[in-house]
Amino acid sequence: MSHAALSSRILLTVQGGLSSVLKPAGPVAGQELKIIAGSLILTMIVVVPVIVLFGFILWRYRDKQDNPARYDPEWSESKVLEIAWWGIPIVIIGILGAYTAKVTYALTRPPVTDVKPMTIDVTSLDWKWLFEYPDQGVATVNELVIPVGVPVAFDLTADGPMNSFWIPSLGGQEYAMPGMVMRLWLEASRPGVYYGHAANFTGQQFAGMQFKVVATSRAAFSEWVRQLKQVDHPLTVTLYSQLRQPSEIGVQLYSSYPRDLFAEVVWREGGQYMVDSMPSLGSTHVSVSPVMVNAMNQ
Amino acid sequence: MASVVSNLRTPEYRSAYQALKITGFWVFLATDMLLFGCLFATYLVLRTHTDGGPTPIQIFDIPGFTLETFFLLTSSFTGGIATWAMRSGRQKQTVSWMLVTMMFGLAFILLEATEFAHDVTVGATIGRSAFLSAFFTLVGTHGSHVSIGLVWMFLTMLQVLKHGITPQTARKVFVVNLYWHFLDVVWVFIFTVVYLSGVVLS
Amino acid sequence: MPAWFRDFADHYLMWNEGYLIWISDILILLVSLGIVFTLTYLKKWKWLWKEWLTTVDHKKIGIMYLICALLMFFRGGVDALLLRTQLALPGEHFLSAEHYDQIFTTHGTIMILFMAMPFMFALFNVAVPLQIGARDVAFPYLNALSFWLFFFGALLFNLSFVFGGSPDAGWTSYPPLTENAFDPGPGENFYLLGIQISGIGSIATGINFLVTILKMRAPGMTLMKMPLFSWSVLASCIIIIFAFPALAVALGLLMMDRLFGAHFFTMYHGGDPMMFVNLFWVWGHPEVYIVVLPAYGVYSEVIATFARKRIFGYTSMVISLMLIAVISYFVWAHHFFTMGAGADVNTFFAIATMAVGIPTGVKAFNWLFTMFRGRIQFKLPMLWALAAIPAFAIGGATGVMLATAPGDYQYHNSYFLVAHFHQMLIGAVVFGYLAGMYYWWPKMFGFKLDERLGKIAFWLFNIGFYVGFMPMYFLGLNGMQRRMYTYPSDMGWGTLNFVATIGAYLMGLGFLFIVAQVLYSIRYGERDITGDAWDGRTLEWSIPSPAPAYNFAVIPTIHDRDAWWELKQRGEADAYKTRREDVHDIHMPKPSGRPFLAGVGFFFAGMGFVFEWRWLAVLGLLGVVACLISRALDDEEEYEMKADDIIETEAKLGRLI
Repeated sequence: MSHAALSSRILLTVQGGLSSVLKPAGPVAGQELKIIAGSLILTMIVVVPVIVLFGFILWRYRDKQDNPARYDPEWSESKVLEIAWWGIPIVIIGILGAYTAKVTYALTRPPVTDVKPMTIDVTSLDWKWLFEYPDQGVATVNELVIPVGVPVAFDLTADGPMNSFWIPSLGGQEYAMPGMVMRLWLEASRPGVYYGHAANFTGQQFAGMQFKVVATSRAAFSEWVRQLKQVDHPLTVTLYSQLRQPSEIGVQLYSSYPRDLFAEVVWREGGQYMVDSMPSLGSTHVSVSPVMVNAMNQ
Repeated sequence: MASVVSNLRTPEYRSAYQALKITGFWVFLATDMLLFGCLFATYLVLRTHTDGGPTPIQIFDIPGFTLETFFLLTSSFTGGIATWAMRSGRQKQTVSWMLVTMMFGLAFILLEATEFAHDVTVGATIGRSAFLSAFFTLVGTHGSHVSIGLVWMFLTMLQVLKHGITPQTARKVFVVNLYWHFLDVVWVFIFTVVYLSGVVLS
Repeated sequence: MPAWFRDFADHYLMWNEGYLIWISDILILLVSLGIVFTLTYLKKWKWLWKEWLTTVDHKKIGIMYLICALLMFFRGGVDALLLRTQLALPGEHFLSAEHYDQIFTTHGTIMILFMAMPFMFALFNVAVPLQIGARDVAFPYLNALSFWLFFFGALLFNLSFVFGGSPDAGWTSYPPLTENAFDPGPGENFYLLGIQISGIGSIATGINFLVTILKMRAPGMTLMKMPLFSWSVLASCIIIIFAFPALAVALGLLMMDRLFGAHFFTMYHGGDPMMFVNLFWVWGHPEVYIVVLPAYGVYSEVIATFARKRIFGYTSMVISLMLIAVISYFVWAHHFFTMGAGADVNTFFAIATMAVGIPTGVKAFNWLFTMFRGRIQFKLPMLWALAAIPAFAIGGATGVMLATAPGDYQYHNSYFLVAHFHQMLIGAVVFGYLAGMYYWWPKMFGFKLDERLGKIAFWLFNIGFYVGFMPMYFLGLNGMQRRMYTYPSDMGWGTLNFVATIGAYLMGLGFLFIVAQVLYSIRYGERDITGDAWDGRTLEWSIPSPAPAYNFAVIPTIHDRDAWWELKQRGEADAYKTRREDVHDIHMPKPSGRPFLAGVGFFFAGMGFVFEWRWLAVLGLLGVVACLISRALDDEEEYEMKADDIIETEAKLGRLI
């Protein structure tokens, strides 16, 4: 089956892809929506009374003749009120702060632990996204295909200006920077076509850095990989150097790619200065070097 | 406002108008401290980023920076003597001690200039690596501050020569020496964080 | 047309880039010619030099800042309308990608650095010395220098659109995008130099007003009796002093990368772009508190005055100002939660960011309870202050939402963020500055601004503000990123974008009404005869409008908070009138042309650095040095104003008893 036919079978609803933060399609986006909702409710505890009080006060204490309301021009202190409006926000922030800490740490770990995760190496280029699948040995540009229900570790870097990798329906974003690898965990919990876009300005054709995310069943995903491997279109070093040229090129598919390409790109741009001897708890930084990759490949 | 604040205070503070300028200068020093703080932070982050080029221990010359330190610290001491002479009302001594201070300061600058020139000849330029960019910028910014201080001190000296010790010249002598002491403190940090750490911790 | 001229026009004047450049060129030419012609026809060149270009009087400096701020408001607003026009419909080509990028960059830079800062400095200058009973600021010469550095820095920056090309990498200017490898040419250099020059002036103003407030208050005015606006200025200056040097370093190091081949933030040779991001935001976050605290100060003054009631919780208000100033230093990383600092760092900054909302919320409650059991007058300054309360309540709430790092992973760089910061910058900052402008306008010029036209402007601007920015929260939650020059038609973003554009145009219309209001009021505005246009509470209302050059003929002695109000309540308003025997000769600061000339020197130096014309850079800097040396050797900083002259002026103003 041709690739085009395969992907048109998976194509759903809107061509551009679903993109709402309010309609999560995965556990990471789900957790993030929960804290968004929670923070909204907690802040409304303060904001709503302020606005109601504001409206009431404007109406009642207008300077018009025979206003029966009390006029107390010197009344300007109240211990009780001060305790209330320092105290209640402190409690609210305390609650929100604790909840934020919990979720922030949780998001640095895979969303589920009972399914074997996979890795995708992401490189931001001018003005396209390169996706390398180390576990599968294939690569694509501007089109991401992932299996549903599998946590994916996106390892992000840039071979160009600082960028940000964002698939709103699946979860929040993380920066892709030259000389560094940052890890972002995402997972799709139902099949669909989702909108992905660069989220940190990288120059003139930044607006064109859209990519399509296709989440499909594990079986369909394996089938897609198998078919892609049979196409004779390897990503060579020469082709990669063409990718580095500023351009918009649409979707590209590669049956294979040089295994240490990603690590070498990172190392060349300063990865050597970023090797963690002791990564901190809750770190999202990944140490990468060609030496390590070569060792892995042996 | 030439109102006398107190005859018990030192000359530079006796006029409220002049005392105000001293206060303003202290606040300015706070901003300069922040400036150097940011340059130090940048140096600390980038000092291992040598890009296969010259490393600290390869280019820092121990006798050289020790002598620079001696010159600068001594000049700060002689500047203090100049301030004391100003407070004692001794015009000639104020001028001569300021001259001595400037000589030591000039020696520091000349030594630093030769240090930088030598670095360039061995390929350690500002454009070679992030470490070198940070080094030259931090130490160079301090050196520019010192150079400006030399010109400033010279102009102050001229005014003491012309007008003697007045409330205004007293304040000027005090402020330029305050600036000079500040640069001395910054140098102590440079000596420790840049040079000493560079040759010891490599 | 000779070939060399055509090359010059294409390269520097960008005449091949479309009609927007042409229109700007024509407008600039017409306005410049108009100014030159008017000054010549009215024979006012000498007047301009004597009264304005060489002044060291804080009142005049304040007026100059205000005029420039309003002009920059216009330019930044036009930028905004261009952007919104481009985004009104998906797939538009009204602006090319390159122009769109330049315009959002100049819009942001101008609004924050060349509109908000000068507007704020205008209010500092116009109000603070009068509020604390001083004759001028601590360092009047430095004050003038600050203004001219701002003026020439802003001029340099503004020139870029028609000469050389504007910066196009966003007002945050992140490397490595802003390194020569990705952004060659003068555009980004205009950004670096324009802001750097202006920033020196800002630091100087911070020092100036800090010392002024600490050292030059009238006798009897302890800090706890000082008006809250002056307290807010004090807090703001503390932040300026500790934040602006970080910006100077960030910009300076990037300039070294671009002009001298250094490798601080480059992709290769060991550069670290994250270092710029940190340095920039170490300044950038305190900066927003620098601009918002004086706005809070204005609200405190205006609400107390127009509710005819003492400000509620004065001590609490002072503590919250200082807490905000301190905590604002510990939150900068919330601008890049998504840069991967790790959960430790992100959690710390998230909680600190939420914490800074607490003292801010306290202020809102204190304002509300100031009005509670007061008598609220809906005059223009009060309208703007009132409008700020719901705007900044909502904006503050979304700020706390953004502070939750995991939430921010979704909001960051989306239109949710754009909506939040505009809500705070417009709803809290600009509304406050407009309130301050209306409030102190009679003190500056001796007449009030027309209420009716002002009310129309107020409603247009406010409605436009909500119509323009509330949809953006939802655009962000629908996945729309910022800084995109266009967007696809199948994302469902078209309607909200169109609505936002309508809001922007309403705001533009509101601004035009403000301009009309000013022009109308110059002729027909109600004259302020007493000096106490609003039955005010603080010292500045005890002297005539406009204030005489020396401000106070006799420095008053203060006994209470809201000193002027207390005196009026006790029927002792005459205590602040002038008695002949109390007037003495005074020393006033001498005017000087050096600040202006130093500014010119910096302008040419900046131009030299922008285009890498080394000779011009050196020449300009030598000019600056010449001014410094001339100043150092100058013995006469002051002149004497005779008591008789002061008595005569006071008599003419009807203040002698």
